[in-house]
Amino acid sequence: MQLEILKTYKLYIGGAFPRTESGRFYKLENNKKEVIANMCLSSRKDFRNAVVAARKAVEGWSGRAAFNRGQILYRIAEMLEGRKMQFIEELILQGATKANAEKEVRQAIDRCVYYSGWCDKYQPLFGSINPVATSHFNFSVPEPTGVVSVLADENSSLLGLVSVIMPIIVGGNTCVVLASETKPLCSITFAEVLATSDLPGGVVNILTGNSKELHTHFASHMDVNAVVYCRENVEEAKAIAELSSLNVKRSFFWQKDWTKTEHENPYLIMDLQEIKTTWHPIENIGVSGAKY
Amino acid sequence: MNKSWISPTIDQVGVEERVTRFNTRSVKKESKMQGMLLALNMIDLTTLEGKDTAGKVKQMCYKAMHLADDIEGLPTVAAVCVYPNHVKTAKKALQGSNVKIASVATAFPSGNSSRKIKLEDVKIAVTNGADEVDMVISRGEFLAGNYNFVFDEIAAIKEACGPARLKVILETGELSTLDNVRKASDIAIYAGADFIKTSTGKIQPAATMPVTLVMLQAIKDYYDESGIMIGMKPAGGISTSKQALQYLVMLYETLGEKWMTNEWFRFGASSLANDILLQLGKEKYGVYYSGDYISKD
Amino acid sequence: MATTKNKIVKKSAPQVSSVKSVFQNYAPAPESSDHIQLKSQYDLFINGKFVKPLSKEYYDTINPATGKKIASVAKGNEKDIDAAVKSANKAFETWSKTAPKERAKYIYRIARMIQERAREFAVIETMNGGKSIRESRDIDVPLAANHFFYYAGWADKLEYAFPNRNPKPIGVAGQIIPWNFPLLMAAWKIAPALATGNTVVLKPAETTPLTALKLAEIIQESGLPDGVVNIVTGFGDCGAALVNHPQVNKIAFTGSTPVGKYIQKAIAGTSKKVTLELGGKAANIIFDDAPIDQAVEGIVNGIFFNQGHVCCAGSRLFIQENVAEKVIKKLKERMKTLIVGDPMDKNTDIGAINSQAQLDKINHYIKLGQKEGAEIFQPECSIPSHGFFCKPTLFIGTSQSHRIVQEEIFGPVLTIQTFRTIEEVIEKANNIPYGLSAGVWTDKGSKIFNLTSKLRVGVVWANTYNKFDPTSPFGGYKESGFGREGGVHGLLPYVKF
Repeated sequence: MQLEILKTYKLYIGGAFPRTESGRFYKLENNKKEVIANMCLSSRKDFRNAVVAARKAVEGWSGRAAFNRGQILYRIAEMLEGRKMQFIEELILQGATKANAEKEVRQAIDRCVYYSGWCDKYQPLFGSINPVATSHFNFSVPEPTGVVSVLADENSSLLGLVSVIMPIIVGGNTCVVLASETKPLCSITFAEVLATSDLPGGVVNILTGNSKELHTHFASHMDVNAVVYCRENVEEAKAIAELSSLNVKRSFFWQKDWTKTEHENPYLIMDLQEIKTTWHPIENIGVSGAKY
Repeated sequence: MNKSWISPTIDQVGVEERVTRFNTRSVKKESKMQGMLLALNMIDLTTLEGKDTAGKVKQMCYKAMHLADDIEGLPTVAAVCVYPNHVKTAKKALQGSNVKIASVATAFPSGNSSRKIKLEDVKIAVTNGADEVDMVISRGEFLAGNYNFVFDEIAAIKEACGPARLKVILETGELSTLDNVRKASDIAIYAGADFIKTSTGKIQPAATMPVTLVMLQAIKDYYDESGIMIGMKPAGGISTSKQALQYLVMLYETLGEKWMTNEWFRFGASSLANDILLQLGKEKYGVYYSGDYISKD
Repeated sequence: MATTKNKIVKKSAPQVSSVKSVFQNYAPAPESSDHIQLKSQYDLFINGKFVKPLSKEYYDTINPATGKKIASVAKGNEKDIDAAVKSANKAFETWSKTAPKERAKYIYRIARMIQERAREFAVIETMNGGKSIRESRDIDVPLAANHFFYYAGWADKLEYAFPNRNPKPIGVAGQIIPWNFPLLMAAWKIAPALATGNTVVLKPAETTPLTALKLAEIIQESGLPDGVVNIVTGFGDCGAALVNHPQVNKIAFTGSTPVGKYIQKAIAGTSKKVTLELGGKAANIIFDDAPIDQAVEGIVNGIFFNQGHVCCAGSRLFIQENVAEKVIKKLKERMKTLIVGDPMDKNTDIGAINSQAQLDKINHYIKLGQKEGAEIFQPECSIPSHGFFCKPTLFIGTSQSHRIVQEEIFGPVLTIQTFRTIEEVIEKANNIPYGLSAGVWTDKGSKIFNLTSKLRVGVVWANTYNKFDPTSPFGGYKESGFGREGGVHGLLPYVKF
């Protein structure tokens, strides 16, 4: 009999897997109250470090060709597919039935493929050429908002996580995500998927820990451009909305049943996009009656 | 010599917007009166036709000195502008007045001839008594990129002019872009032009405000650099007093008061004078005036 | 090069006496205000009628060019807002179900009526706000009419604007607008709201209520159903009451960043949608290969347009060091031709500062700039002795660390910095919490696109500045706010799916 090697779950920051700087942990138990894992209890300093990594990654990620981002997102789906069994096991460990676990993983893979295809397609649908009345060429394009902090769905270990990360990074944003506290296993395994799928370090950063402790920091950090809250706690939501006003942070409340395909759509991508409009003169011969 | 590196680029839409701003200036009352008198005084009264005769030239010269004798306090025009073979006639007709004689030369209007003939053309005009020579640049050479040729030609003609002032016609209607207008202006100025002038009047479009503005800015930049003033002459297409005032506003706001005399600014025009007289007639008689009361010479 | 500049044997033609002074001053050319109909007292426009404020209070609105009172204006309070919101809420029931084609026709009608009375609007805008008649006549009023005309056409085509979605109106839009473009901002707010089937409660800025109230007269005449648009004049408390009213479903605010933050905080925990158009401190960047003379014009339009009371004003000028001297020289000379004075004169370029408070703020920054050691330049021009006026002002030799470079002044004050490389100027341009607009001047297309993609702002003007159009989305990044006004993107804030 060979002894099983247990997995150490750490954080995912800037493409590396550090332990929490605080040294704290919390016990993750199954419904029989057996300890499954010791999870990192992230601190606000971990969050701060993750934001630094995410900010650093914005320029490179948003500067990638849209087609290249699409390939990388597709690569995530490939990696996820390859480690399907591991996710199913983790979901079962966290209390899911086998059937539901398989379904969730399948949906998560599909979601990655779905958003991969959007990388080079939302721009023409949501950008515009504007026929201004003066002699100018004028066009509007979506651009990433920047660094997004995310408090992911508490009840959906993998699908809830993937369903929010994907529309955010499709458009060139980077993010710092707090995983489900009670179902965190898939998040760190998903981080391993990300780390092996050509996604540059820092584009997605994943923390495990406690929303009550961290949500105010997710909303108040002045170098975060947007916050997405996917949980049901009304007080936390209100605090996030209030604190967002400190730097006119964009705040979104995505409380959705992620198993429904209606919640995969480009409007979520567009929530984390800014519209930039550019003007340039056109030599329009004859405008002022002058012809030459 | 390649001047393209020194000439700034021009944004056409920006130039047009600036022109629109000049045209929103509202020139009223005494400013308008003074502006119109000044404009009259800046006119190069012009006849440049194949059918020009001594008779026509003499009639025009009289008009140049007597714009409308029933209205008091009118100036004369600045000059008359004729072909070289009519300079002598004009000289005689204008005797005793301060009206200058400008002569086109250098195989006007196309400029397509040999350097030798062009120089000869200039010498004839000057010898016959022209105070000012209006030359045309070789647009073909310019558009072919032979800027040295254009520069040297202007410099040679300047020398041939002797004491006569040299106006260099760019024929902007053939230059296609405002970038070219600016480049040609710089070449002309550096090669020795005393005046730069938009057009022959034989090509459409002739003078426009955007083109003139670009040329005024070239003059301004040269003045800032060297302290030397260059004159400006828009020619062709300016036929109303309203247009003339708009040009004066542009001149004033671009080059300033120093240029607001006929020593530094001219209108090349044949029908502008009478339109201004129509307005002055209205001021004098208090009713809208008729062309029947204004002489057509 | 053989320059034959053996200059000129000076030969002058006869001079007309005194012609030299011809254009030293353009003669006064005041726009006539004879045809303007102004009442001595203005009430609130609620439920299709002009009603006395429940507060029973009025305040004086003045002409900032003279400091004199123009009219009394109702000072709405919380109760007035409540009445207006209730009226809008009631009107929403039918307006939201009105056939889109019919909605469009009302909005077209309003556009036409503004065009018909354009000169009257322009004169009142200038009297009440201080901006030059040239701008209100040529820019504000036509753009306002065009905005209605543009959005009118969207009313029955909304399903094409949102792929795979069925857009529906939200409800009552509470709209708060600033004093710098009083009529135009009212148009920006009201037109898309109506086109999408929402109803409106608009609160104009306290110093500039008159054109909004004139617009109310037009709306009344247009036959728009009662309560669809309500206009409540008043002060900050009035705006706060609108923001906090439970029956308001959407807030649209244009104004300062601090107030925007207050609003964002105030509506936290509610389902209210919000768009914010806030402050700015735009970089206007001049490269050595720019069309220099047009760039100078762009600098002038960028900062002196509307006395600099423009959130997207190009207030931070960056000039590449090798052309800085030349550009500054040209800029100074151009500034000498600017005419500061009576806004009603057709030749005035820079009119009156909107209020004493704003003038004090600007003067505070001008003093601060001098204290910070920046070199000041103001052209020698006369300004009227009465009313609120400020000379166009440059600060030369500034750096990112100067407060006059960091803070929004909202006046005709330009700070100038030099730069060496493109990387440097991108970093400095983005080194500010605002992100509304920027200008780029260069002849090189690839450089323009490099910059336009790296500048973190909502509007980039390349080789132009301060251009606006109903079809063109406008709005900010970062602390300049969120949401867009104008164009197809301007519909989104007023619909739900």
